[in-house]
Amino acid sequence: MTETALPGKKPFRWHIGVFLAPAVIIYSAIMILPLFATLNMALFNLTPEGVTTFVGLANFQTLFGDPRWADAFWNALANNTWFFLIHMLVQNPIGVLLAALLSSPKLRMAAFYRTAIFIPTILSFVIVGFVWKLILSPIWGIAPGLLDAVGLRWLYAPWLGQEASALTTLALVSVWQFVGIPMMLIYAALLTIPDEILEAAEMDGITGAKQFWKIKLPLILPSIGIISILTFVGNFNAFDLIYVSQGALAGPNFATDILGTFLYRTFFGFQLQLGDPHMGATIATAMFGIILVGVCIYLFTIQTRLRRYQF
Amino acid sequence: MKLVKFQGALLAGTLIAGAAHAADVTLTIESWRNDDLTVWQQTLIPAFEAKNPGIKVVFAPTAPAEYNAVLNSKLDAGSAGDLVTCRPFDASLTLFEKGKLADLTAMEAMKNFSAVAKSGWSTDDGKTTFCVPMASVIHGFIYNKDAFKELGIEVPKTEAEFFAALDKIKADGRYIPMSMGTADQWEAATMGYQNIGPNYWQGEDGRAALIAGAAKLTDEPWVAPFRSLAKWGQYLGDGYEAQTYPDSQNLFTLGRAAIYPAGSWEIAGFRQQAGFELGAFYPPVPNPGDQCYISDHTDIALGMNAATKHPEETKKFLEWVGSAEFAELYSNALPGFFSLSNAKFALKDPLAQEFVSWRETCKPTIRSTYQILSRGTPNLENETWNASANVVRGAETPEAAAERLQKGLASWYAPQK
Repeated sequence: MTETALPGKKPFRWHIGVFLAPAVIIYSAIMILPLFATLNMALFNLTPEGVTTFVGLANFQTLFGDPRWADAFWNALANNTWFFLIHMLVQNPIGVLLAALLSSPKLRMAAFYRTAIFIPTILSFVIVGFVWKLILSPIWGIAPGLLDAVGLRWLYAPWLGQEASALTTLALVSVWQFVGIPMMLIYAALLTIPDEILEAAEMDGITGAKQFWKIKLPLILPSIGIISILTFVGNFNAFDLIYVSQGALAGPNFATDILGTFLYRTFFGFQLQLGDPHMGATIATAMFGIILVGVCIYLFTIQTRLRRYQF
Repeated sequence: MKLVKFQGALLAGTLIAGAAHAADVTLTIESWRNDDLTVWQQTLIPAFEAKNPGIKVVFAPTAPAEYNAVLNSKLDAGSAGDLVTCRPFDASLTLFEKGKLADLTAMEAMKNFSAVAKSGWSTDDGKTTFCVPMASVIHGFIYNKDAFKELGIEVPKTEAEFFAALDKIKADGRYIPMSMGTADQWEAATMGYQNIGPNYWQGEDGRAALIAGAAKLTDEPWVAPFRSLAKWGQYLGDGYEAQTYPDSQNLFTLGRAAIYPAGSWEIAGFRQQAGFELGAFYPPVPNPGDQCYISDHTDIALGMNAATKHPEETKKFLEWVGSAEFAELYSNALPGFFSLSNAKFALKDPLAQEFVSWRETCKPTIRSTYQILSRGTPNLENETWNASANVVRGAETPEAAAERLQKGLASWYAPQK
């Protein structure tokens, strides 16, 4: 059989569509459609008679204009930002440090440490929440006893029950759980740095910590950028840990209320409070907007300026 | 598969029974109380069936968390049972307004219940009642009798005596004076504010005035319980800010704390756990000789599916549920869940008997935030949790808390505007 390929007309490549279809269909059905349904729901509300009517942006006006709603929203956003900052300032630097230590050829049992540090990441939020709640419990926990053993009992306070410390404590618990992820990503990035470059650096007399700061860190900056944006998206979608350890009311006195718990309480209702899907969708839309803006800032101002090195 | 078999067996049973006894009617009870299955099957239903030949009753509970959803879809589909267990206030009221529950106001048994008892299942004006009240839970304080004897403390009757007793326990140092935490927040509101509050706002009078808009949460009777609550913090255990509800129960049943602000539902659990003698006292009154009030909160009732095929038999069963006989059987089978009926009888559990005896000396009321006042956003019940916990921790003054609650309520509730 002879093939007569007509110039300018390629045969339609069916296989592309066939192979893409399952992913596109499932992704649309469980991600895209619900997203637009949520955005749509935020534009409607119930009249006192219980009829769903189009209200335009009135729900957003309530969320940002009504002092009670606005207070709760800004409180949740501020808490969320603090939660995120702790991760950026504590989790990511520790992750880089651990990766740098792990990649040191002199370190023995590196695989063991790597595994041990990564294990909390695969635990469920529920387990982590309950375990830490128990550890820190003033009645049954081992935290007061351990501190007592090293003469630091005065340092102990019911950290999860105090407004000043509850959110920071939970953020640090979350850091403990997830520090393995930046560690692994940076570790992988460090491994990809070609030996030629490091050898050239050594020839020029750049070794040790200086080598890390001058050579390795610039080369892993793209990875740090990706980790930062992952942390951002993850933290602004967080919910589970707070819900498990502090309940839907995010006590004490909403000190640990983040956007996720605020959305949950509003959408599904809690105790005698009936759920309000329309205001819930409004909060979800606001959350979506915040994350979208954050990701865009990253993509347009940081990502585009990152240099890529080709070896 | 198991369910199919079970339903098949039920159907077969019904058919056989039907053949033998042509007039037999089977009534089905929808409920979320699957814990009570054996009580219904072994005690309550046999007692009814023995007196009412020709009527068979099946108790068919659903998991508590799914109950509302399952019941609503069954009612819409027309496959719900003849008898429907009613949650108090808005959940059941919505069903009644949609025509799913029958109006039971005219029933003879309704005369056995006070207006407060019926309030959980009546329209807002109280004129129409759609479920027969079954049980309530009472608030008060459970204490360690051995500890009180050891320290030579009398049961406190007034607020001053109450705090004197707490001071004495604290000074002695062997026991934590009171076991409560603020981590879960609801304890501070339910066992704290709603427990002692009725003595200050005069129970039903205060609650009705609040709903009518005649009283405000910033008025003295509503701020005073917060002021009393603000003193509790110093008598709670070390680190109570992070103490959860199970922690509080354990501290008390292990004998480490002397007093536990309680709801009567704790009775059965404490009986099993505690190795010392338990006593109970009602919330201390502000001044000697004051009328005392207790929170006798309506919790569970039974209504009639408006679409039932056997309205006569169903009503017969409901009349029995409203009777003194049912009240006695039910309260004894489930200590801590008290019949709401006016019938007089003794309970076998002495602690439960102590709780229920307060109805004779004190005037009962229900939790102030449950009827009507938690319909909007912000919801008064959830706000009260937060405010009570704040007040106990000293993070908010009683006056500031009251003002915040009032502002929130006024923002959506017309009579308070």
